[in-house]
Amino acid sequence: MAQKIVDARGLSCPQPVLLASEEMDKAGSGELTVLVDNDASRENVGRAAAAKGWQVTADVEEADGHFRLELQK
Amino acid sequence: MSRMVKNVFATAAGITVVGAIIGVVAGLLQHYGNPANMAICVACFGRDIAGSIGLHRAAVVQYLRPEILGFVLGAFAAALAFKEFKPSGGSAPITRFVLGMIAMIGALVFLGCPWRVFLRLAGGDGNALFGLAGLVTGVWIGTLFFKRGFNLGRSQTQSTSTGLIFPLVIVGLLALRLIYQPVAGEVQSGVLWYSLSGPGSFYAPLTFSLAAGLGIGFLAQRSRFCTMGAIRDLLLFRQWYLMYGVLALLVFAFLTNLVLGQFNPGFVGQPVAHTSWFWNFAGMLVAGLAFALAGGCPGRQLFLSGEGNTDAGLFALGLLVGAAVAHNFGLASSPAGIGPHGVAAVVIGMAVLLFVGFSNCKRT
Repeated sequence: MAQKIVDARGLSCPQPVLLASEEMDKAGSGELTVLVDNDASRENVGRAAAAKGWQVTADVEEADGHFRLELQK
Repeated sequence: MSRMVKNVFATAAGITVVGAIIGVVAGLLQHYGNPANMAICVACFGRDIAGSIGLHRAAVVQYLRPEILGFVLGAFAAALAFKEFKPSGGSAPITRFVLGMIAMIGALVFLGCPWRVFLRLAGGDGNALFGLAGLVTGVWIGTLFFKRGFNLGRSQTQSTSTGLIFPLVIVGLLALRLIYQPVAGEVQSGVLWYSLSGPGSFYAPLTFSLAAGLGIGFLAQRSRFCTMGAIRDLLLFRQWYLMYGVLALLVFAFLTNLVLGQFNPGFVGQPVAHTSWFWNFAGMLVAGLAFALAGGCPGRQLFLSGEGNTDAGLFALGLLVGAAVAHNFGLASSPAGIGPHGVAAVVIGMAVLLFVGFSNCKRT
């Protein structure tokens, strides 16, 4: 199935969390991929997901240094 | 999740400990010579650095503060150690520079950055309550812009060389501080200016100041400590994480002050503060909004610049130039009250921030 991707690479605080939260709220449940390019954003998105009852099913550092988070609820 | 678990400082307990350490160290820095209720204020110390290199010539606020240099270099060391040194930049650089200028000018109308709001409260300065109200209001206005889609655009990956420039500038400043030590009774030592009286003449021993700065820089990089972000995240997401750090700073700075006899509650005669409640509020409102739009308090901007974030580095340089303008143009307050052009500074600063805010909203 076509999965929704939030590309927050290069965006500064609080954009990554804001964009990811928006998508989580819109979807209600399901799967969501979030791309970020720094550890602080990675942690922040993970925290926001946990607060909304979503699980981080994957947290992978890609070859070019950005992070791919897979969220699920 | 494995990487996340490794960063013990990026937990509620971790950032609380970091905030507590900053609070205690701030109290100790004051005890060992730093200005009262200022201790480790990023705006005040940025202003002192601007004075020390002659960008302004306000005789009472000239000292090349090792704490600030330590913030950047400590964060740089942490970023290197944990593979988080990732040079980036190019997200509206000149806008960030101007935001830094305005943030500093607003902070100098209040007489302190968000860090000092909490340090002044911890020292018993009631005027800081109005600064806190202004800070919260400014950050709240920022959240309204975020909800309208405000952002300054994406940054791009930069070369290692580009990411190293700001930390290298800081190394250069540190070299100047080590080469041109203060000379008793002299306002100048080599190329650096020093204060013989006023806040700039109060400083802890170099080794303690530098070690404190390095330690805080390291810990704050790991925990993402940010005073503005604490308020922003609470207003925007009901997220408490960063606030734990700020509350710990407040409580532990207060306790340290109590133990060291540095807690003096009241409104009148507070150290390096004025009693004009409205301008305490308005100055910090302008600063708070500027920090919010730029994505971090002045401390956080320094830590980010140590990670190779050149946009944050430009914001930090904007702080220095803002301090110079604030003193050269009579925008900065003093214990006697606001500066001759402080009102104009607040009004114009706010107008520029609203322009930046509205013109960078990507959706309506």
